[in-house]
Amino acid sequence: MKQFRKGDGERSGLFTRRALLLGGAQAVLLTALAGRLYQLQVVETERFASLADENRINLRLLPPSRGLIFDRSGQPLAVNRNNFRAMVTSDRGRGADVLIERLDQILSLGDADKSRLLRELRRSRNSQPAVVRENLGWEEVARLEFNAPDLPGVFIDLGQSRDYPEGELMSHIVGYTGRVADEDLAGRDDPVLSLPTMRFGKKGMERSLEDDLRGRAGAVQVEVNAVGRVVRELDRTEGQPGDNALLTIDLDLQRFVAEKVKEHQSGSVVVMDVITGDVLAMVSSPGFDPSTFARGITQSEWRDLLENPERPLHNKAIAGVYPPGSTYKMVTALAALEAKVIDPWTRLPCPGYLELGGIKFHCWLKGGHGSTNVTEAIACSCDCFFYEASRRTGVDRMADMANRLGFGKVSELGLPGESSANQPTRAWKQEKIGKPWQPGDSFNLGIGQGFMTATPLQLAIMTARIANGGYDVQPNLLLAKTTPREELAPPAPRDKPTAPSLRLNPQHLQIIRQGMVDVVNSSIGTAGALRRDASGKLLDFTFAGKTGTAQVKRITERERELGITQAQLPWHLRHHALFVCFGPAEKPRYACAVIIEHGMAGGATAGPIGRDVLAETIKRDPSRRTDGFKKMASR
Amino acid sequence: MSLALDAPAPIGFAEKIWRINWGLVLVLTAIAGVGVLALYSAAGGRFEPWAARHAVRYGAAFGLMLVVALIHPKVWLAMAWPIYIVSVLLLVAVDVIGKIGMGAQRWLVIGPLQIQPSEIAKVAVIMVVARYYHGLRKEQASQFLYTLPPLAMILVVVALVMVQPDLGTAMMVLMGGGALLFVAGVRIWMFLAAGVSAVACLPIAWSLMHEYQRKRVLTFLDPDRDPLGAGYHITQSKIAIGSGGLFGKGFLKGTQSSLNFLPEKQTDFIFTTFVEEWGLVGACVLLALFALVLVWGFSIAFRSQHHFGRLLALGVTSLMFLYVFINTAMVMGMLPVVGVPLPLVSNGGTALLSVMFACGLLIGVNVYRDAQLPRTR
Repeated sequence: MKQFRKGDGERSGLFTRRALLLGGAQAVLLTALAGRLYQLQVVETERFASLADENRINLRLLPPSRGLIFDRSGQPLAVNRNNFRAMVTSDRGRGADVLIERLDQILSLGDADKSRLLRELRRSRNSQPAVVRENLGWEEVARLEFNAPDLPGVFIDLGQSRDYPEGELMSHIVGYTGRVADEDLAGRDDPVLSLPTMRFGKKGMERSLEDDLRGRAGAVQVEVNAVGRVVRELDRTEGQPGDNALLTIDLDLQRFVAEKVKEHQSGSVVVMDVITGDVLAMVSSPGFDPSTFARGITQSEWRDLLENPERPLHNKAIAGVYPPGSTYKMVTALAALEAKVIDPWTRLPCPGYLELGGIKFHCWLKGGHGSTNVTEAIACSCDCFFYEASRRTGVDRMADMANRLGFGKVSELGLPGESSANQPTRAWKQEKIGKPWQPGDSFNLGIGQGFMTATPLQLAIMTARIANGGYDVQPNLLLAKTTPREELAPPAPRDKPTAPSLRLNPQHLQIIRQGMVDVVNSSIGTAGALRRDASGKLLDFTFAGKTGTAQVKRITERERELGITQAQLPWHLRHHALFVCFGPAEKPRYACAVIIEHGMAGGATAGPIGRDVLAETIKRDPSRRTDGFKKMASR
Repeated sequence: MSLALDAPAPIGFAEKIWRINWGLVLVLTAIAGVGVLALYSAAGGRFEPWAARHAVRYGAAFGLMLVVALIHPKVWLAMAWPIYIVSVLLLVAVDVIGKIGMGAQRWLVIGPLQIQPSEIAKVAVIMVVARYYHGLRKEQASQFLYTLPPLAMILVVVALVMVQPDLGTAMMVLMGGGALLFVAGVRIWMFLAAGVSAVACLPIAWSLMHEYQRKRVLTFLDPDRDPLGAGYHITQSKIAIGSGGLFGKGFLKGTQSSLNFLPEKQTDFIFTTFVEEWGLVGACVLLALFALVLVWGFSIAFRSQHHFGRLLALGVTSLMFLYVFINTAMVMGMLPVVGVPLPLVSNGGTALLSVMFACGLLIGVNVYRDAQLPRTR
């Protein structure tokens, strides 16, 4: 027994020493734990606290309500409509594939949508949601709500989408919005643009007024859990809706004009106030339905629009370029008068054609006009007069005058996609064609053919500047814009141009205007039939105009001999029909330019449209209409 | 030396009850109380599903502990081998079923019971190694050959747990067993040799590890390597602890746990949940409670008159220390995430029962500190 105790005593001693060592080691390690706690909770606590807040607090931008667009009388052209959309959040794409498959089963997404969603979710930071599907029906909403437990991070959001009540009628002017593209972000660092539900003006005034219509984003601070679901709202600052815009367009007039143009396959009309520059109507036909873009256009719809020979996406009023033909003769006449190479009494001969270097330049009238002065030459549209006038003036002075009247450059209208068309000069020909300017080029330029092209808008501007007494009026589509809380007030009606003068001799302008009055009202005029309306009744006002028929294809000598008429040619080779006009003749207020593509004869095809549109415009006198504003302010 | 000391009279029941370390019992209950509090908070301020069950389980385990504490150590001396063999068989069963079930398997379902044999094995290894050294003389204990049997006892369990795979428990068994060998008198050079060969074997161990285990080790070495993947847990846990600060965010106000940024908040990361809300102060109180348990454990070991009791007490204490250290070091990013619960606090029945059983053994050593145990083999 003693032996047992003794042996145990030795063991006990060793045990105690070793156990104390072990206990000491444990004490050291426990102290290390305490040290680590001190490091995390005292030394670095601020860093971790802010990390914890970053985890849980999410700043979400509230998309502002987009500004509305109205016509000049307050009728809505672009509005916002409530839109239920399915949204999904996921922390940098965790579990996104499974979720997208489930959503596909419920909403049957397309492959394109599926890959877009996956991309957006992988890229999203701070649980920024992505749009699954817009414009949900109540049945789809119900299905999503029913399956909510299987769809973590999916929620229904009430947003707004753009609606265009006038559809095709205003498609080219108002344009449409679409998803924000990378190129839209250039120069704009508005964080609201990174919101997936945000829309950006792509075409028309939606584009040019983008920065006004967009508004300022509000923000809401929310607490989210680990899967991004909002637990509660912490703080909210309201954003500011975008500015509302009032366009110069008179919607009822626009509708009237569109009806008229629709009688033909393809064409364009611009109606301008010659004093203020307000564009009262601007039609390019055919148009397109902007709602297809608002809801997301399909591949086949897009292809159809692109391949249509009538080019519905193209705003012909500002981007369609045509040889102005005889409507350009006012420029030639004015240039010649201002250059003093002719005077109001100069008579030039017209034997039916002029010969230059062995080439015959025909007048449109077989056998010629005998001889005419400038007023008569405009009225009867004598080509020979303008061949000679243009030759005497020379291309440099012609181009200078054309520029002052608005040709060869983009106006200040502000619609995207406007073309400058082409006002040829010596330098231009040398550069583009590589040949010097020839006298024959001047002949062609004198009658608005050859290298010369213009847009319907430019023709309207020219007509307006002649009609208003030589003021540099600019076309204008925006009548007023205001913050949504302000009342939209109409600008005071104006009867005197505020634009700078072009410094043209008023007497010369009077002669040109007289020529245009005679086009319609004189026995030698090319559009005498337009004195009467469609039912044959004399108009109750006088107006002035100029017909134009622009060659698409050169008339060969052979065709001239065979007497082939335009109607026998295929549609796309026929002449364009042009007509410009202003009225009332005594106190000009409105100018109008009409182009009917391949309409064959200006006087017969485009002329009646110009007459009717002008008559309707004068009857409505939109510049004085203010009753619509009251309607609008009470909205 | 008096005869009375050599052969003390058997003690009465009241004396036994008196000898139970009621202070220690109180501390253990306080720790379990912290567990209930933390689990209540982890469930978002509800007793369901964890806190209430934890309290009930603790009540049951409390009874078990007292019963175990009153059983004479000679019974445990006799039962050491059977318990060890049963637990090894259970481990084998788990491994086999795991193989069939194609995946990690730590549970065994017997009727309504779901048991985790590795938790039982931890205690069984301590018991069987303590029994082995109880039968050796000091000179024998320091000899190399005599070291081989207990090494085998430890390594068999380590290997079986490792293949489950459960790296955390395997490490605990290895280190707990190692601590016993150390205090039992195994020569220091053997530990050094084992350490050197362990380092040499690291590449082999690396090649045997599962992909997810390697990932954990790599993530431990650099948590920012993959902040949303494998490093997510540890990063979020550090954020939670750190943002708690000195006094914590307040009871039920821990954002990291209530908003689910914290993974496994009711089991392995319960310390984080608690510390986020109670801060450095709460953490130190909890660690101090555990330190008290350790001090009690050491003092019981020192006071035991028999070697079996000493080794048993020290083994249980070491086990307790390893649990606490590995768990807390893990959630603070000082050790790889290996899946070791915080004793008495984490949700989980088997671990709670085995810890309380071990504490029962510990208290039993104190109750029967002067019992005479034959040096049987």
